[in-house]
Amino acid sequence: MTPTLSLDTVTHRYGDTLALDDVSLTLSNPGIHGLLGRNGSGKTTLMSLVAGLRKASRGAITLDGQPVYENFAATSQICIIRESGDTTSEWTETINDGLTLARDMRPYWDDAYANRLLDRFQLSKKHKVNALSRGQRAKFACLLGLAARAPLTMFDESYLGMDAPTRYDFYDALLEDFMAHPRLILVSSHHIEEIAKLFEEVIIIEDGRVMLHESADALRGRGLTLTGPAAAVDAIAAGANVLSEKTLGSTKMVALYDVAPDLEERARAAGLETALLPIQDIFVHLTAKRGKD
Amino acid sequence: MFDDRSPIYRQIADRIKADVANGTLSPDEQVMSTNQYASFYAINPATAAKAFAQLVDEGVLYKRRGVGMFVSPGAREALVSDKRTKYFDAVLGPALDEAEAIGIDPKDIFEFLAARTKRDPK
Repeated sequence: MTPTLSLDTVTHRYGDTLALDDVSLTLSNPGIHGLLGRNGSGKTTLMSLVAGLRKASRGAITLDGQPVYENFAATSQICIIRESGDTTSEWTETINDGLTLARDMRPYWDDAYANRLLDRFQLSKKHKVNALSRGQRAKFACLLGLAARAPLTMFDESYLGMDAPTRYDFYDALLEDFMAHPRLILVSSHHIEEIAKLFEEVIIIEDGRVMLHESADALRGRGLTLTGPAAAVDAIAAGANVLSEKTLGSTKMVALYDVAPDLEERARAAGLETALLPIQDIFVHLTAKRGKD
Repeated sequence: MFDDRSPIYRQIADRIKADVANGTLSPDEQVMSTNQYASFYAINPATAAKAFAQLVDEGVLYKRRGVGMFVSPGAREALVSDKRTKYFDAVLGPALDEAEAIGIDPKDIFEFLAARTKRDPK
């Protein structure tokens, strides 16, 4: 059921603005994969192109070898849910009408599951979609994305507007459904610390380019913080790639990236405290150089 | 639920080992599945699978195809014996270093030990 998504030297421009710059990327492992990037980095452009909603200025995007643009064979395998379900915000129809439409359009639609999610998310079939609150509309959009069971499913900031308990409920539903029906799921989110534990692979894009693509477990092992007496910390950290440093009196903390395999052991032997850097922190450090919003 | 001192898969593996060592998990008892672990801790199932793979490699668990993972019969003894080997370096050594650092008289430590042994004869 898990398809192979491939982007080959994809470049996209909006007029003079370069949104994606020579992106090549392959995703073929089942998993919930994270697409991370700051505002304006190109996440939404990438997802829109992959969904076949736009034609890339240059390069090829294929799903199992099939071009995605204007190709029903490919796009019927793809579902994209965008920010707060923006595509549904003007629907004057009811949730029930929306479900009927999805049932007709989505080849892998699971109606029984959609009904269970309605209960779980406390949505009523009778409600008009445009009368829903932002959070409710986000829940409905995520429901459509989950129950569509598309082999390639993308959530682009889909749960913006949900409160924290609802977001956690969505993560649980996403994980459960992924385990029952493994497929390719791509999620972009600014709530990285909340969802990073679910990620199998992480892609970081910055200024329209893929800055990093690797397994979440490997990425988590790449950043390390050392805390202890400044002189001891400096001695161990000498020559390492330092992302940030802070001092408090005689205590120093440094965040390191891509450290030598034996550094952690040496640090502990020297009596320093060590900790792995969470993915969110790695992301912040790697992309912090810009001053954009 | 997890600290950030080591990778999540290693922390899961350590917890299962602790359960085996203290008898919470008995020999030949089935452990929860990868997916159950993933749901419970809200983590990527591949991370949970990595913990299980490590435990199978180390001989703590064994796999029965199509059924699941089980505790290896000799695992508890092996883990306890391993802990015993490491006890002086990993536990008692640092405790004695600490005692020295804060100026506790070795005589007091002997007395403490003698009193404990008397109170709790083995």
